[in-house]
Amino acid sequence: MQLTNRSKVVSNKEQSFAEKIYLPAIISGMATTFSHLFKKRPTIMYPEVKKEYAPVYRGQHVLKRDENGAERCTSCGMCAVACPAEAITMESGERKKGEEHLYREEKYAKKYEINMLRCIFCGLCEEACPKEAIFLTDKIVDAEFERDTFIYGKDKLVEKIDKRIDVTKRQTPEVLEFKKRVGLRHNELNKTIEKKH
Amino acid sequence: MLIEFIIYKSIICVAIFALSLGIAAYSTWWERKFAGLLQDRWGPSRAGKWGLLQPLADGGKMLFKEEIIPSVSNKVLFVLAPGLFIVTAIIAGVLIPWAKPVMIGDSIYPIQIADVNVGVIFLLSVGSVGVYGIMIGGWASNNKYSLLSAIRSSAQMISYELAMGISLIALIITAGGTLSFAEIVAAQDAGFANVVWQPLGFLIFFVCALAETNRAPFDLAECETELIGGYHTEYSAFKLGLFLFAEYINMFVSSAVMAGFYFGGYNFPFANELYTALGLQEGHWLISLIGFGAYFTKTLIFISVFMWIRWTIPRFRYDQLMNLGWKTLLPLSLLNLLITVIVEYFRGNINF
Repeated sequence: MQLTNRSKVVSNKEQSFAEKIYLPAIISGMATTFSHLFKKRPTIMYPEVKKEYAPVYRGQHVLKRDENGAERCTSCGMCAVACPAEAITMESGERKKGEEHLYREEKYAKKYEINMLRCIFCGLCEEACPKEAIFLTDKIVDAEFERDTFIYGKDKLVEKIDKRIDVTKRQTPEVLEFKKRVGLRHNELNKTIEKKH
Repeated sequence: MLIEFIIYKSIICVAIFALSLGIAAYSTWWERKFAGLLQDRWGPSRAGKWGLLQPLADGGKMLFKEEIIPSVSNKVLFVLAPGLFIVTAIIAGVLIPWAKPVMIGDSIYPIQIADVNVGVIFLLSVGSVGVYGIMIGGWASNNKYSLLSAIRSSAQMISYELAMGISLIALIITAGGTLSFAEIVAAQDAGFANVVWQPLGFLIFFVCALAETNRAPFDLAECETELIGGYHTEYSAFKLGLFLFAEYINMFVSSAVMAGFYFGGYNFPFANELYTALGLQEGHWLISLIGFGAYFTKTLIFISVFMWIRWTIPRFRYDQLMNLGWKTLLPLSLLNLLITVIVEYFRGNINF
């Protein structure tokens, strides 16, 4: 019974002379390969030329400082809660007198670690952050030789004062507006925290 | 006189030896570059400009790798095989007349290591000895894949040598009955290159040369997909390097042989007119240099064609290989011989 009309009868016919001596097929094949000599190549010479990333590419994290150079992170732990891979750990500290130029709020992250081997670069930490402190950048996490070195501390995560990282592309007004929307989990959490205070 | 002779021969030996090795080394580079270009890639580009230092890097890698000799192998033969293979590959290069003889004072210096008067036969016999390198290597490895590869390779070489030999007989008739390489090339000085009279013969010789050098589509001896690495499965480090290197020397020599036998070697169209226009006397070193350039260019083109074929055509099956050799090429070469004899009879070159 014929179910579809896609079936093909297999032909096992004898090769013709032209097929037997292979030459016509070989010549047409060689013409094909020769034409590829002049085609455009998709190769990107990597270390010298880099492929452009989207402005919202999710790469290595950065802990932002504010306009005065003080760390924005207040060690609330929202990012750690949001992190599906449980890659973020932190330890809070209290700001002393005279450290106002270092930390924006009274509570700050004494230790802030992201395990880059656990991180799946989903960007939920960025979304959860109420202080606009953590962002993902378009930098790719470097290769390392040891597993321990993949746990990035504040020395690697906090942006350098003289080398600020531009995140305006991912911190557009729309994004900020979106983050305030009622019903997002981090907003609910924020409210409960505020109520406690 | 004797001292002069020895110095001249040593210089030319060393020069051609270095040339063979240099070309073989840079063939590996060009093979990879050309393969890349044919496949929409760039090929090696990291070691030096355009990857030109790649052969050095490869050679260094081969030298410093660990050398493993299997405990079950026949050690003497195992070590002997790569050496034998590369030596036979280099020996065939002595015949090639690279340029017209240079005249210094009253003495004539041919740019050729040895003008053997039975050059064609010498070439065929050296080519046949070349199969011993593969056979011994494959057998001494004591590995079934290597052995299979060695058997295949020797069967292939013997089958294709037949058609090659017969196509060369036709060539010799066209070239005026000489077996000397230098004379065959020199005979193409006036008139046409031999390929005009021997198009079919050239085609057969070319296919056989591919088979003799174990190049794709006839690389059944290596055949990664079926036989791992073929006869050099068990080889490592520089012994493997020698095997791979010898393949490229073979390719270089057979390209040079084809360029000489069928495409006029150091001759090119309007060569003599050019030399007269430049006011060069017979035996001037500049004539030899230009001739060498022509010969070398032809050789390089042939090497590129070898590579072009390799990256175009898939490997033959073993039965297809044998069918092509015995049922197509052998009758065709006999037919070519017949046609050649008839044509040469009417051209008046043969008298019965």
